[in-house]
Amino acid sequence: MAKLRYDKTGRLLFTKEMKKEYTLLFPMMAPIHFNILGNVFRHFGYKAELLTTSGPEIAQTGLKYVHNDTCYPAILVIGQLLDALKSGKYDLNKVALLITQTGGGCRASNYIHLLRKALKKAGFDHIPVVSVNLSGMEKNPGFKITLPIIRRAAGAVVYGDALMLLHNQTKPYEVEKGTSQKVVDKWTEILTRQLNKGDGCSKKDIAENLKNIVADFSAVEVRRVPKVKVGVVGEIYVKYASLGNNDLEGFLASQDCEVNLPGILAFALFKIDNRLEDIKLYGGSSIKYAVVHKLMRYCTELESILIDAVKQAPQYIPPSPYSHTKSLVKGVIGYGDKMGEGWLLTAEMLELAEMGYENIVCTQPFGCLPNHICGKGMIRRIKERNPKANIVAIDYDAGATRVNQENRIKLMLSIAKEALVQKSEETEC
Amino acid sequence: MRVGLDIGSTTIKCVVLNEQDELIYSSYERHFSQIVQKCGELIAKLKTEILHSSHVQLAISGSAGIGIAESCNLPFVQEVYATRIATNRILPGTDVVIELGGEDAKILFLSGGMEVRMNGSCAGGTGAFIDQMATLLNISPEEMNSLAAEHEKIYTIASRCGVFAKSDIQPLLNQGARKSDVAASIYAAVVSQTIAGLAQGREIKGNIVYLGGPLTFSSELRKSFDQALHTTGICPENSLYYVSMGAAFCADTEIDLAAASERISHYEAHGNFAYNAPLFKDQKEYEVFLNRHGNCKVKRAALDTYSKPVYLGFDAGSTTVKAVVMGQNGELLDSEYLPNSGNPVPLIRDYLNRLYEKKPDIQIASSAVTGYGEDIIKNAFCIDHGVVETVAHFTAAKAFLPEVEFVIDIGGQDIKCFKIHNGAIDNIFLNEACSSGCGSFLQTFANALHYSVEDFSRMGLFAKQPVNLGSRCTVFMNSSVKQAQKDGATIEDISAGLSISVVKNALYKVIRASSPGELGKHIVVQGGTFLNDAVLRAFEQEIGTEVVRPDISGLMGAYGAALYAKGKGKTQSGIITADGLSRFTHEIKVVSCGLCSNHCRLTVNIFDGGRRFIGGNRCERPVTKATGSDALNIYAYKRELLASYGVTTGRRGTIGIPMGLNMYELFPFWHAFFTALGFGVKASPVSSRKLYAKGQQTIPSDTVCYPAKLMHGHIQSLIEEGVQTIFYPCMSYNLDEGLGDNHYNCPVVAYYPEVIGANMSGLRGLTFIKDYVGIHRRKDFPVKMHGVLNQYFDGIPLHEVVNAAKAAYKEYDSYLSKVRMHGEEIIEQARKENREIIVLSGRPYHVDPEINHGIDKLITSFGAAIISEDVISNRVKKFRTNVLNQWTYHSRLYAAAQYVSTQKDMDLVQLVSFGCGVDAITTDEVRDILERTGKIYTQIKIDEITNLGAVKIRLRSLFAAIGRE
Repeated sequence: MAKLRYDKTGRLLFTKEMKKEYTLLFPMMAPIHFNILGNVFRHFGYKAELLTTSGPEIAQTGLKYVHNDTCYPAILVIGQLLDALKSGKYDLNKVALLITQTGGGCRASNYIHLLRKALKKAGFDHIPVVSVNLSGMEKNPGFKITLPIIRRAAGAVVYGDALMLLHNQTKPYEVEKGTSQKVVDKWTEILTRQLNKGDGCSKKDIAENLKNIVADFSAVEVRRVPKVKVGVVGEIYVKYASLGNNDLEGFLASQDCEVNLPGILAFALFKIDNRLEDIKLYGGSSIKYAVVHKLMRYCTELESILIDAVKQAPQYIPPSPYSHTKSLVKGVIGYGDKMGEGWLLTAEMLELAEMGYENIVCTQPFGCLPNHICGKGMIRRIKERNPKANIVAIDYDAGATRVNQENRIKLMLSIAKEALVQKSEETEC
Repeated sequence: MRVGLDIGSTTIKCVVLNEQDELIYSSYERHFSQIVQKCGELIAKLKTEILHSSHVQLAISGSAGIGIAESCNLPFVQEVYATRIATNRILPGTDVVIELGGEDAKILFLSGGMEVRMNGSCAGGTGAFIDQMATLLNISPEEMNSLAAEHEKIYTIASRCGVFAKSDIQPLLNQGARKSDVAASIYAAVVSQTIAGLAQGREIKGNIVYLGGPLTFSSELRKSFDQALHTTGICPENSLYYVSMGAAFCADTEIDLAAASERISHYEAHGNFAYNAPLFKDQKEYEVFLNRHGNCKVKRAALDTYSKPVYLGFDAGSTTVKAVVMGQNGELLDSEYLPNSGNPVPLIRDYLNRLYEKKPDIQIASSAVTGYGEDIIKNAFCIDHGVVETVAHFTAAKAFLPEVEFVIDIGGQDIKCFKIHNGAIDNIFLNEACSSGCGSFLQTFANALHYSVEDFSRMGLFAKQPVNLGSRCTVFMNSSVKQAQKDGATIEDISAGLSISVVKNALYKVIRASSPGELGKHIVVQGGTFLNDAVLRAFEQEIGTEVVRPDISGLMGAYGAALYAKGKGKTQSGIITADGLSRFTHEIKVVSCGLCSNHCRLTVNIFDGGRRFIGGNRCERPVTKATGSDALNIYAYKRELLASYGVTTGRRGTIGIPMGLNMYELFPFWHAFFTALGFGVKASPVSSRKLYAKGQQTIPSDTVCYPAKLMHGHIQSLIEEGVQTIFYPCMSYNLDEGLGDNHYNCPVVAYYPEVIGANMSGLRGLTFIKDYVGIHRRKDFPVKMHGVLNQYFDGIPLHEVVNAAKAAYKEYDSYLSKVRMHGEEIIEQARKENREIIVLSGRPYHVDPEINHGIDKLITSFGAAIISEDVISNRVKKFRTNVLNQWTYHSRLYAAAQYVSTQKDMDLVQLVSFGCGVDAITTDEVRDILERTGKIYTQIKIDEITNLGAVKIRLRSLFAAIGRE
């Protein structure tokens, strides 16, 4: 059995032996993406397991071990991990936890420390925690984010974004309910097989796969009638995780809406771009700039492949290129606003409104600091730019109730429906 | 005919319109949460008595109507939308609608870019809030309205949410403020909250319409809105029914009422709410429990036959007044437990009268008083001693369990918990103003459902599925309860759930415990709320251990005070005599204190014989007339130092700088920078409530911290003073002081200029410089800054910027070293005079008197010296923390805590702004660092709130614990 080893600061390490013996649990966020992403790690020899648990116990466990004023995603993510450890499903001497760490100026960079504190409180301090980050924080002998992993992970993100986008734009109109979900399932399986073999990640493979994915979705029989189109933006966890947003996507579907969630690739591009912006704004090494720039270019190429593939089927609205999205906030908010979702969140609202998704739910955990600025703080400016924008900001929290949230979203939808009727009357005349 | 039903959080409104859209029937009634039943009754009545037909076009609206509409397949119209439809139809030309409901507040802008707004989840109750406040004042809402009409003064009451306001009002009442003034102040708070929370930068003007229950019933509330908005709004006919009329206008589907009422009668909620294990399985288990707790009894003796001297203890708490007469051996001779109803003075006068009547030959050896009303009672009745609540409770707990390790007291409004180490109070946990739900919450809730609190909580004892309501503040709790009801929870389940949530709140929010081991083995629980068996049981279940509850659980404060009085060893009490009591008078005057810029509203209580008590003061000046000494107060020094920069003029024009957030520290930097470049510099004025109000309307996020909100006022002041150029840059990074892994600013400090730029229309036409600057890169800064400046000014050469930057860094360093030097002097002086040194830490902007509410002066009035975290943060080397140490200001906190733990005569008090997400992380870590060496951690949460009562308890407890009181 793997020995517990600590680094000189006293941090429990994830060792090479552990890589062989331990199951690595990681919390759910965006289901389509994370399912595919798990396979990338499995291909590289990690016994990664995505937690798909849900239910009110998760928040309760989180509240018990995490400072209750901490943001809701921390409570849920840590709650989900601890809940899994307590479930009896895992050998507690052969399990480790995986969590992302962005290193930005928002509280989220501290999740890993809050997780360790929680583990200690719960008597699990022998369980290693592995940080997944691109900033070189917290190294572990048994876990390395290598270039091949990054490349494949980027591929997985592109697939996830494509499937999510096409599914969202097909499902509300499908004649036979569930058909588009079947396409998602089918492709998750195909991609799993490919990724586990190490295939499917070259640009060529991605282009080929995307072409087929788009073709499969196009083949779904649909009846397109005007529906209220709703965009969802927000703090990344509550935006994607149904655990965090009381199944917002499901609720919007039940209200007969088409939903658009801007993808994760844009967020990745934003995070990479921040490093360039930092150098531009404050100065810095030109070598670092060149290296980051290269990574940026690679991801931009992937984005173009995705956009081109979606464009092949004219009934689908592809995501805007990152550079276009970025240009939208010029004069609205500065490119230096990089904590959390930063200016990208504002940009996505403008982008959605431009693409015809002018009804927007802006989600954030209660008391989310960056969103005071780039979310709620910018709504007025966005409305000045695009008077049609119909935005509702919703706070998510262990104590906030669904009734309250849904009532506010319904208000936004009432206005949206009225506008939709007006629009169809105008086109009739 | 068309029918509209508006099912709100507290009432059901119903209208019937005829073919000409005329109102032919309307009804309005409270539903006491029996929504399904009431709704069924109403539909049956409509069918047989009003419509005489079963077919009608009907739509439902209202926050509590969603569930029924969905499950019974009836058309639903969102209520704000319905209001809009109705207003446009009935009152065309309306510009703005302000509608207050039971728990929601809404503003609709109808002209010039339609916008509809509802309060967020934080700003909770409005109608329910007014009801709650009326309960607190022990008057009906109607009486409140007529009282408010007679007001003379308005007090500032925190307008963020009901809980906050309550903790502002309670001390006002205890200090003797007039009910009429308080009533009017409550309305003013509602107005302020509605405008602040919902206007979000849009001006409310034109034809204004008031709708909804509270605005319909209270003329004074309308007047209050009129005054704030400088306009006269109208409250139209049928103002209660706009939502239901809007629903009726939208109703276009024919409904079969018979079928609908059939569906409603079969409406069964899904029952899939989260729940806990039952409190008691059966009666037998309950009896075993009762027997065990029945053993913990105080000794008693008869008062009328008792011949030795006695001790009197009083506890003038937030919602109740308690009195105890105790014998020589701790026997309980007599006691009273009375609801406070706003003013403790007459209650205690009556009690003493009764006591003297009952036992004319009573010999009182000594007396003591504790609780919120300590000062006023002590002065009114010449009580011998005052004692801080924590000490009183500990003294009482020790009498029941000498080896007690942990005391938890849940009272009406406070939760007080403390650890005992070596026979002294070691660690104190008090609830924040935010989570002070506690006992009074159970009470309000029970009353709202038409039960007494005793009956209500008894109902929960055998509940099968106690609802899991989380551990949030009361505002959230209200909507959690609504949700649970919608999901089919019974009243029993809710009662048990509320008891459990009180316990969870105490354990996880206040104590932050996760295992019973942390509390120790010997736990005493007390306070009125623990008399409630459901709460007691929930507590034992949650921590998994048995605890001691004295049978005088609700009297422990008073009993402890009596024991304290006895311990002081007096033999003849100076308490007011029967004779003195017969001449007792009490007169109240409200005046504004003019001794400093705080302008506190003072309540002067004058008793017979010229005894006076002044309340509402933040410092001791109006009481002692002596100027509080600022000699040992670094906060005062910093304020002076910052003010000394003054207003300057320059050839290139004047730069306005808002004095808030990080500018509180960087002002010397920018002042030197712009002065060197030939600009004049003008800072915005010192913060005040008035200044805050100036910018209040432009705040887009009502949950951001108060220091950030104040920024709007500072910018507005600069605009009003005619400054043409305002400089307020964005800064992701702060200076690196080498204490952490990174040197960020928090997101709000970093980017708040963006919010200002996007939401303050007054900046149009002015130059607002909010560019991103990086002073952390000394070499790059001048070049980058040169680029920034050249966007706004012509011909500033680079070499001038380089020189200005040099001057700026020099001035910043000099400022910091002055602060540190002065801090060192304070430390030396304090040590010479054997004073305790308090490291009052937080952020640089906590020096702002409007943000810290004079807490620094309060601390010096206890005789302690004050330094700030930056005075000592450079005295330790970078060390490992258990959190990511990445914010400059927060790194100083950890460093200061580390240093304090090596100093015998220093203690750390941390100021935390409400809504500061980053401090959720720092507070735990600072506490950890301090507790490693046995230091006491004291946290003070501050907001708009102006009540210093809770702060005083905290500080006095700290001084008591370290043996300085």
